[in-house]
Amino acid sequence: MRRLETRWGILMAMPAILGFLIFTIGPMVASAFFSFTDWTIGASPSFVGLDNYAAMAGDELFWKSLTTTTYYTLGSVPLVLIVSFAVAMLLNEKVRGLAVWRTIFYLPTLVPAIANVVLWIWIFNPDFGLLNSLLRQGGLPASQWIYAESTAVPSLIIMSTWGFGNTMVIFLAGLQGVPRHLYEAVSIDGGGPWRRFWHVTLPMMTPTIFYNLVVGVVGTFQVFNQAYVMTEGGPNHATLFYVYYLFRKAFTESEMGYASALAWTLFMIIMVVTFLMFRNARRWVYYEMAGAR
Amino acid sequence: MTAVAAPDRTGARGVAPTEGLRKPRRYGRILLYLALVAGALPTLLPFVWLVRSALMQDAQMFVSPPEWIPAPFQWSNFSEALTTQPFGRYFVNTLVIAVISVLGTVLTCAVAAFSFSRLRWRGRNVVFALLLSGVMLPYAVTLIPTFVMWQELGALDTIAPLTVPSWFAGAGGGVFNIFLLRQFFLTIPFELDEAAYIDGASPWRVFWTIVMPLSKPAIIVVTIFTFIGTWNDFLGPLLYLQSEENYTLSLGLASFQSMYLTQWGYLMAASAAVIAPIIALFFVLQRYFIEGVTLTGIKN
Repeated sequence: MRRLETRWGILMAMPAILGFLIFTIGPMVASAFFSFTDWTIGASPSFVGLDNYAAMAGDELFWKSLTTTTYYTLGSVPLVLIVSFAVAMLLNEKVRGLAVWRTIFYLPTLVPAIANVVLWIWIFNPDFGLLNSLLRQGGLPASQWIYAESTAVPSLIIMSTWGFGNTMVIFLAGLQGVPRHLYEAVSIDGGGPWRRFWHVTLPMMTPTIFYNLVVGVVGTFQVFNQAYVMTEGGPNHATLFYVYYLFRKAFTESEMGYASALAWTLFMIIMVVTFLMFRNARRWVYYEMAGAR
Repeated sequence: MTAVAAPDRTGARGVAPTEGLRKPRRYGRILLYLALVAGALPTLLPFVWLVRSALMQDAQMFVSPPEWIPAPFQWSNFSEALTTQPFGRYFVNTLVIAVISVLGTVLTCAVAAFSFSRLRWRGRNVVFALLLSGVMLPYAVTLIPTFVMWQELGALDTIAPLTVPSWFAGAGGGVFNIFLLRQFFLTIPFELDEAAYIDGASPWRVFWTIVMPLSKPAIIVVTIFTFIGTWNDFLGPLLYLQSEENYTLSLGLASFQSMYLTQWGYLMAASAAVIAPIIALFFVLQRYFIEGVTLTGIKN
């Protein structure tokens, strides 16, 4: 039986193991190698050592893409977290028709990325788009949205907030898991809603907040579609997101070596940022085991 | 101290404070629903804008202040937009890719999850941990070599690059699916397996006739998320599909957008047609959706 189990065990895990080798480890090693080469498709790669990485230091567009992406992350992630947490708090108040409300807030996350982008191009239209129509009707000044350098990234941040439904559902599940007796304890000690929020809800939700924070940061660092379809990185490189720049280097300019170096740099940035978030988490994330008194 | 105080409050004395609370509490409820409506309006408004624009003549769209009710209802936006480009064909292409990917992902991920949860073999946990570590990898790292590999194999402009990985447990967050299924499999009593093995069943038989039928909810969740993932994928088709007859809906919509830049009626009709199947699917399988998202969030 034991030997049979081993044989079947390895056999059944084989597709996953092979997939991991062929589609993750193999390409990973290959792109690490390519990142040390000068290589255009069709020609054979020539080894250039660290030249690609050194060139990045002097590449203005690389720095631009990095700051643009960071700007987007710093805007979008906190906004989505706050909005989704607030709505989840509301829905956790034993509202009537919970399923209907939840559906409403979840709906935007279902919209396929490209349909989403096309819809928002029209919403941002400076002449007859939804936003400027509303602003004009309210007697407010209109904006150029994605068509002006200073407002392009903020516009995309607003757009990203529309898809807060996923994060909200996760928060809601977390809120429903907060033990009731903790709230009762605060109430008995004469604490109001504010105290309940600060001393029970928020501390108990820190693991969920942390999870959504990490997923959000890792996700926004890899934003691509908006830049590709909506803005083509413009105006004046205002929305030159990192992965879009990488894509352009690889598939438009055919600088595969340099693009691979960009990819590995992104990987390392994400690893460092994630590591820092985890290290920082010890200070504010509450875990039942460690905090038990 | 608190344990003693609690029953006291809910006893006879408890009536008075509840009376006093009733009024602010009712205002609280009203405020709560007002806040929800205030949140729901901006969430729904883009959808209203989409449907309204999809059914409007261009002339009516370019007026200020904006009009909300199409007059007349321009249903022909749909028929015209969807026939200027072969959206029917894109639909079939997308469906073919999605179905092949879902089948491959569910089957190979479930088989792997079975091995990682219910069969004991040396190195199992190490292998599983290694697979899981791949989750952190940004897709940009594997993008270029994978592309070159498919190019060398002469598979560009075929559906192979978009479907074959799923048969190696690798589409739509492959490892994550294994994780999710494994978690579910662990909740099924192991006595069932043992009884079957005593009767001389093979591990495959245990997997197929015992574990799989008992895991329908988890399988549906993986099916849904893989389906949505492939249905909505843009970068994959953009890289690998070149000739127009092979386009998926996402790719078709993007090319349609670049050709009819200002034909908002057409663009919105086409977008609505791309969105509608997913929304319909959601309403049919709503329960599993929310369960699935919740499951994914709770994993850590």
